[in-house]
Amino acid sequence: MTPTAMKVPPRFNIMKTRELGIVLALAALVLYTTINNPRFLSGQSIRDNLLNTAILAVMATGQAVVVITRNIDLSVGSVLGISAFAVATMMSDHPGLPMIVAILVGLAVGAAAGLLNGVLVRYGKVPALVVTLGTLYMYRGITYSWAGGSQVNADELPPHFLNFANANLLGVPWLVLIALVVVGATSLVMRNYRVGRELYAMGSSPQAAELAGIKVARNLLGAFILSGALAGLAGVLFAARFGTVDASAGNGYELNVVAAVVVGGVAVFGGSGTVWGAGLGALLLTVISSALAVLDINQFWQQAIVGALIILAICADRLVAVRIARSLRKKDSHG
Amino acid sequence: MAEASALLEVQDVTKSFGAVAAVQGVSFPLFGGEAHALVGENGAGKSTIVKMLAGVHQPDTGTLRLAGNDVTFAGPADAKAAGIAVIYQEPTLFPDLSVAENIAMGNQPLTRLRQIDRKAMHATAERLFRRLGVHLDPTRPARGLSIADQQLVEIAKALSSEARVLIMDEPTAALSAVEVARLFAVVRSLRDEGAAILFISHRFEEITELCQRVTIMRDGKHVATELVADLTVDDMIRRMVGRDLSALFPKQTVEPGEVMLEVDGLTREGVFRDVSFSVRAGEIVALAGLVGAGRSEVMQAVFGVDPYDSGTVRFQGKRLKPGSPRAAMAAGIALVPEDRRQQGLIMELSIERNVTLPRARKLARLGLLFGGAEREAALTWTQKLQTKLGSLSDAVGTLSGGNQQKVVLAKWLATGPQLLIVDEPTRGIDVGTKAEVHRLMSSLAADGLAVVMVSSELPEVLGMADRIVVLREGRVAAELTRAEATEESVMYAAMGQEVAA
Amino acid sequence: MAKRLASWDSIIILLTLAVLVIASLAVDNFGTSRNFTFMVLDLLPIILVALPMTFIIVTGEIDLSVASTLGLTSSLMGWFWNQGLSIETIIPLCVLIGAIAGVLNGFLITGLGLPSLAVTIGTLALYRGLALVVLGDGAVADFPFSYTGWVTGTIADGAVPNVLILIVVLALIFGVLLHATPIGRSLYAIGANAQAAHFAGIRVARTKFWLYVVSGAVAGLVGVLWTLRYSSARADNGAGLELAVVAAVLLGGVSIFGGKGSLPGVLAGVVLLTALQNALRLEDVSGQALNIVTGALLVLSVLLPNVISSIRGNWQRRKLRQSAA
Repeated sequence: MTPTAMKVPPRFNIMKTRELGIVLALAALVLYTTINNPRFLSGQSIRDNLLNTAILAVMATGQAVVVITRNIDLSVGSVLGISAFAVATMMSDHPGLPMIVAILVGLAVGAAAGLLNGVLVRYGKVPALVVTLGTLYMYRGITYSWAGGSQVNADELPPHFLNFANANLLGVPWLVLIALVVVGATSLVMRNYRVGRELYAMGSSPQAAELAGIKVARNLLGAFILSGALAGLAGVLFAARFGTVDASAGNGYELNVVAAVVVGGVAVFGGSGTVWGAGLGALLLTVISSALAVLDINQFWQQAIVGALIILAICADRLVAVRIARSLRKKDSHG
Repeated sequence: MAEASALLEVQDVTKSFGAVAAVQGVSFPLFGGEAHALVGENGAGKSTIVKMLAGVHQPDTGTLRLAGNDVTFAGPADAKAAGIAVIYQEPTLFPDLSVAENIAMGNQPLTRLRQIDRKAMHATAERLFRRLGVHLDPTRPARGLSIADQQLVEIAKALSSEARVLIMDEPTAALSAVEVARLFAVVRSLRDEGAAILFISHRFEEITELCQRVTIMRDGKHVATELVADLTVDDMIRRMVGRDLSALFPKQTVEPGEVMLEVDGLTREGVFRDVSFSVRAGEIVALAGLVGAGRSEVMQAVFGVDPYDSGTVRFQGKRLKPGSPRAAMAAGIALVPEDRRQQGLIMELSIERNVTLPRARKLARLGLLFGGAEREAALTWTQKLQTKLGSLSDAVGTLSGGNQQKVVLAKWLATGPQLLIVDEPTRGIDVGTKAEVHRLMSSLAADGLAVVMVSSELPEVLGMADRIVVLREGRVAAELTRAEATEESVMYAAMGQEVAA
Repeated sequence: MAKRLASWDSIIILLTLAVLVIASLAVDNFGTSRNFTFMVLDLLPIILVALPMTFIIVTGEIDLSVASTLGLTSSLMGWFWNQGLSIETIIPLCVLIGAIAGVLNGFLITGLGLPSLAVTIGTLALYRGLALVVLGDGAVADFPFSYTGWVTGTIADGAVPNVLILIVVLALIFGVLLHATPIGRSLYAIGANAQAAHFAGIRVARTKFWLYVVSGAVAGLVGVLWTLRYSSARADNGAGLELAVVAAVLLGGVSIFGGKGSLPGVLAGVVLLTALQNALRLEDVSGQALNIVTGALLVLSVLLPNVISSIRGNWQRRKLRQSAA
């Protein structure tokens, strides 16, 4: 074997090009839609898009962290449901409670649900797909048993709770602010802190992570608790934004959340992708659906487009990976 | 007296996996400032010892003593915290992370905000690479590194932790002589600074060069711990093997028949290039070379499990369809693969199902299988090979390594092949079974079968083969007859330079 | 034999029998022939889709797009009917379209080597989306009674539903294929260790590809049956059915990692879920609350064997240590 003083392959960073791709797709979509209908870039339209993105982006953040560790959390829609119903019930029974209490309760409910997921995955050695498919049913079933067909209506909720969805801080809606903080802080932790890199390492090679002495159990529980807590937070935001909450709140959301994460460039087999990419994925999905409305295209196309985008995204990742592998192989043989 | 100053001590440890006892009552001390070799054949239990010291496995009985105190490592983190660094036989990198991150994982340098200091991290990686004399970009992802480069990153990782005990499980298998020399220089300086080194290798010249003390294991048991200076290489081998070498290789002389397999100009980009050789009926041809030289890959391409880019494979004069194991099997070729656990067997399926898997379609009546035909075929072949088993319906994973290998052989011999390809036929099996496998290969060749054997064990290559094809970096470096082949000539061809002294 | 009895699929079969016996004794109307007919109709879609799903999960893959394929064929069935095609043309056409949906899945997974979980989440959205594009939120209802009546009808107007024949025939075919043919053997081999299967001459990719085609075709057929049963072609028919099917298959003892499981176990899993749902509905417990039981059973079906084996392992190690001491 020749000494390893070979030409070092140029730095290729799939992730960067990947997120750039989403930004470009987003820009093209906005441009095209705006040319057809300038109102698409009006303040109100932007505001609506951002508000609609916020809840999805918060959930996609937690999901991205879980998927990066080579797991999945399908229970997020049900966790949103149980948290939304719990918080709405609490606020209608005790209208005097401040908003922060609602948020904390939502986070706590979600964190507890996430903890159960994590414990079953780590200590029960049950695959995350099975666990969270099971808890998807269980959490939804609990909400149904509790609600028993009843719902909490907007007129039963205190005004300060409902206003939260529309209130601003320096012109930026609170919902959007919360989503930005969640996505930004989590991205930072995943990129620049030890625990974040350990989560990537766990997804990149679970065996190597064990051998490297990474606290796999603690980190994994943390990831599931985060995903649960953020779904719980999303439940509070959902209740505040829509006012009417019944037991079916967030039904089927897991699909959109996973779609946002996958479209955002997080590999389903873990180890790569970024949280802010998932946030961009959420934004792209939301903008597509509002662009359809503005462009007067049949709304029913939206879901088909989401599906096509998911497939396109994983195909693109695969092609890039294959090309890199091939170029490395060639390089080695001529090196 | 010396006992007291041992940095780390293994005391009478035992470890079993299911019914298989991997390690039974092994004890030895590791002293600071000393390199200690652990030798034994494949399957002797060396890697299990390594994994216990690394905290991956916990001993069933017995203890580990660190600086005179009993310790229990609940996991690798504990062993790491106790100052033990391990370089595993197979690299354990994170393919998606950068090389520098791989090295720093777990003790990344931090800024004041407790963020990772990437600049310092890259500088550390570069400093380590300089010390090892290699040129790798610390920012590139680990994915796509050659095996040698991966091993170098592993070494850098172990060095970065500034461990008091450094354990190296065959770190040199994929390295060139220059890299080995540089690695040894670094290890020697660590040793002289007071670290304890545990070194596992199959190359005795490396052991005599680097180590002061040696522990010999056989079949999971402790044979001896002695000073290297007190032993000759022959002594070590005799104790490892436990019997005379000649008895191991009962090669019968056979007059070779007509040409069965012709491989011509076989090339797979980046893996092997322009490989040509032929095999006659009744002949055993060995493919020798270093790990990573492309031996297994060539034979896997011949059998069709891997694709190839150009060249031809002819069997009995007819061109074999590339990329189709099914076509190869139909033509009368069988491949006993290198990795028994991943390629040869399906561990959780029963012995019966494993033996009959390639023949399931032939055993079916009207397309249906109701178990009878399969059981009968499995029984016939496991008995022919004297496989020790409880019940044919037991999962094959419950058998010992040697008996697992017999199941793989049974599985392929049952297909009635005319060419048998065996890749590392005796890796990880006990000495007794080893001799049985060799006797079997020899008698099969005597019956007119063509045999291709890929092997990393020189004694096996020299003892069994009629001809030896030596590969180096994916090309045929030499073709030697039985008469021409010596340990030196094969190694010379395999390494392309004088054997590292 | 003892090992056989302790396996999860035999536990689930016994549990199913127990639930059936207890429900017939304790729940009014559960044992009636009318209720039996309803139950069979309820388990029809799950059981049929579960047959190919079992094969796919045994090979270590998954197909989450089945319910959407069902919705797509249901939508197209309505659309074709509105176009004036005859029902005799529409039914094979729908099965074919289901198979084509499976071809796309199979190509993406085996041709391009993409992970089946991600691919079928994508086609789950895609096929359901296309169903919506075809039919919107409307419905087509005027299918000929000769067909809708057959699906909901019984043999000689007795207690045995017509569709039970279909279930039995298909279950037999799939059961024999899985447990008594070389194809079945290769499915287990692929699921337990795809690399070793490849080394044994099994055409891994081709086998998986055809499984997805069959899965799509069966989903297409179920789309037709669903439409006829409710006499209503809708884009949202069968929404969420994939989760129920996967739950039933795993509950029946098939390992999500592949290589393990049996068809009788899966059939028992489907019957258990449907019977529980049916009994609780008769007892006026909300079907949604039953989700808790479904979810818990699903998790337990994987959790319990793990817990048992780890307890057994600890016990053996302790014994070993004691005998050494």
